Amino acid sequence: MRIALFATCIVDALYPRVALATVRILERLGHEVVFPSGQGCCSQMHVNSGYLDDALPVVRNHVRAFTAADYDVAVAPSGSCVASLGHQQPMVARAGGDEDLARMAESVAGNTYELSQLLVDVLGVTDAAGQLGSWFPHTVTYHPSCHGMRLLRLDDRQKDLVRSVGGLDYVELPDADECCGFGGTFSFKNSDVSAAMAEEKIENIVSTGAELCTGGDASCLLHLGGAMSRRGTEAATVHFAEILASTQQNPLEISGPVELSIPSPSSRRPCPPARPSTPSTPAPTTAPTADRGVL
Amino acid sequence: MSRTALGMPTIRPVHGHGNLHADVDFPTAAKEEMANIQMRANIRHATHTIRGKRARVVEELPDWQELRTAGSALKEQVMANLPELLEQFEKNFTARGGTVHWARDAAEANRIITELIEATGTTDVIKVKSMATAEIDLERHLAEHGITATETDLAELIVQLGHDRSSHILVPAIHKNRHEIRDIFLSEMPETDDSLTSEPRDLAEAARAHLREKFLSTSVAVSGANFGVTETGTLTVVESEGNGRMCLTLPDTLITVMGIEKLVPTFQDLEVYLQLLPRSSTGERMNPYTSMWTGVTPGDGPQDVHVVLLDNGRSAVLADPAGRSALHCIRCSACLNVCPVYEQAGGHAYGSTYPGPIGAILSPQMTGITAAENSSLPYASSLCGACYDVCPVKINIPEILVHLRDEDVRTRHGERPPTEQRPTEEASPGLAGRLFRRLPRVPSEMDVMMKGASTVMSSGRRMALAEKALPLGRALAGRDRAISWLPGMAGGWTDERDIPAPPRESFRNWWADHAAETEDRVRQDGGSRHVPAPDRADHTDEEDSP
Repeated sequence: MRIALFATCIVDALYPRVALATVRILERLGHEVVFPSGQGCCSQMHVNSGYLDDALPVVRNHVRAFTAADYDVAVAPSGSCVASLGHQQPMVARAGGDEDLARMAESVAGNTYELSQLLVDVLGVTDAAGQLGSWFPHTVTYHPSCHGMRLLRLDDRQKDLVRSVGGLDYVELPDADECCGFGGTFSFKNSDVSAAMAEEKIENIVSTGAELCTGGDASCLLHLGGAMSRRGTEAATVHFAEILASTQQNPLEISGPVELSIPSPSSRRPCPPARPSTPSTPAPTTAPTADRGVL
Repeated sequence: MSRTALGMPTIRPVHGHGNLHADVDFPTAAKEEMANIQMRANIRHATHTIRGKRARVVEELPDWQELRTAGSALKEQVMANLPELLEQFEKNFTARGGTVHWARDAAEANRIITELIEATGTTDVIKVKSMATAEIDLERHLAEHGITATETDLAELIVQLGHDRSSHILVPAIHKNRHEIRDIFLSEMPETDDSLTSEPRDLAEAARAHLREKFLSTSVAVSGANFGVTETGTLTVVESEGNGRMCLTLPDTLITVMGIEKLVPTFQDLEVYLQLLPRSSTGERMNPYTSMWTGVTPGDGPQDVHVVLLDNGRSAVLADPAGRSALHCIRCSACLNVCPVYEQAGGHAYGSTYPGPIGAILSPQMTGITAAENSSLPYASSLCGACYDVCPVKINIPEILVHLRDEDVRTRHGERPPTEQRPTEEASPGLAGRLFRRLPRVPSEMDVMMKGASTVMSSGRRMALAEKALPLGRALAGRDRAISWLPGMAGGWTDERDIPAPPRESFRNWWADHAAETEDRVRQDGGSRHVPAPDRADHTDEEDSP
């Protein structure tokens, strides 16, 4: 299949490794991945901040880029951005009086899948270890981001994929379905409430003893990871695409200072030994050599 | 969303007044409230408990989604025919011996109620818990006219005795725990002494003894109404404690204040709401007391029965097709109990009788988006959508929040006429503020950011160029690879969170040089894998060896 990658603006600019992870998973399955170069953003930041007029050119651009490109289906590693395509773009177009654009936006949205949707519903992947060779020997918990859960109704697709990764020790997150407090511009317009919500989420994450909290939206993970970093929390966040992409031959490294850049081929390291995954022995913070790819 | 034109009159709608206006903007109020650790613990405990009860009793109904759909459709029908339904209700209520009064706003409603009470010659009334009377600030108005109104709902009584404000639609004293309630009773109820414990049973008994005398000696009661049945002129109050039933049956005079949106067309329609409401609000299959009365029954119950039909901004809500479904609300408070923002900030932070997600859309619509600090309310949400999921009448609160944010931005940009200001001095922005609102404004930091982002994000080429600056962010992050301070608005982020050092290169720019390296990537990862051709429902677990 020819699959168009909608990287989303935040992954494109801040988390290129998440986009690359998406590409690696799909290429491994024999699919061709294309990147429509005209793509920008889904417009969610503008819409959710109340700037519908400024959202309109962003919507127009997305629809143009994904209408012009030649592909079978499109995929994005974000529940929130995919939800925005279907729930917001047609609304923005209609508010701007452009019915044609609204219909085209609906058509693009109808053929764009969130990563776990594509893997489970379209490609029939339900066993990450068996079908993708995914291997990630760490203790992981999972936060279901709100828009994937409530707008796309992803149910347990992301979680089930993560649980089926080889070597992975999965622990359930208490009150998992509560919002992490990101909410786009909410996070700085109402920063105190947002931080209090993050605090509660982080307490729950820490209570699981997991080394990492994964999820399907880089924005929520940026917010949670940033708050964890500020508090000196041992745990960190990582996008589930990176966990699925991780294999025994090319494992995702999680120790060392944060590094969001795509590693150059020469810096690839051999497979590290699995770390103990007991909750009482958190990972050393000042570890040594390799850069970690977690958020 | 339905955008049916309802043939609304073209005159400018009257906005609401009373306890609907925040005096401080939400972020400031929330920050202040969040300093109260005890309150947050109380609210957290209570909301999580009710949330769980609700989920259990909703789960057991196989037709819950159909009930929600019916509840929503019925309300849509009511809103589409509201003027006619109101006139029918008036006709039927009057035919059964009741008197109907129409109140355009809080001031009119308060004046009507005061005159009705004064005509009876009494200066003491008892009250059934009611959102409408709280909205119009009735108690304070009556006090100014020498009339004492005693709340008979246990939680409202706690709030009243504590000289406090309600913080929840259903559980006004949710922010108090039982020890705090005991302290209030000890200091405010002369008949209590140190033997009073903080056991719920003892506290309820103390309240019961305190109120019993009131019920027997007071000749006028004021209530709200959960529903008004158009075809029969019947009013309904749904409650748990039985105090409402006492107020509705013992006095000679009964005055009910009902928002005009509370109508249902037929008696049978109650079937839907009497299933939706208790499960959504208290997590009970049925509420203990459902009282219904239709005009006057000679020799039985109140012989002087009034209803005040209250607009107070509801017509203004109805006039906006994108926001009017806020009027579907049946005041169950399920949205408050699942809201993570409400859970942290508490009800007082919303500054209105209507707190939580529903308050964040209802209050600014009733007062007009430009009124006082209410324009900050639509932003008091992370748009997580938990409220929409639980709403028994399917009000799409996140969508309306976004709509109101857009209205706010347009109003600030001078694209919308400003609403008339609140008639009291304390929270109005004053002459200078009012002039400022009408003048063309210098773009805010947010305006500039949004405009800039719109330009960049509407072109892949401009995105690629902008991303060439990522190494600058890397330099800013320094050796610890974390950005921990940013100026201006973005400082709201770095007050609480770090930003990791950006990557050297965006995906887009990296991909331009590496797209063709598929074979290398697959080899490095351990080789290709082939999932058998998908058969949608019939997936397989077969695997290739690596």
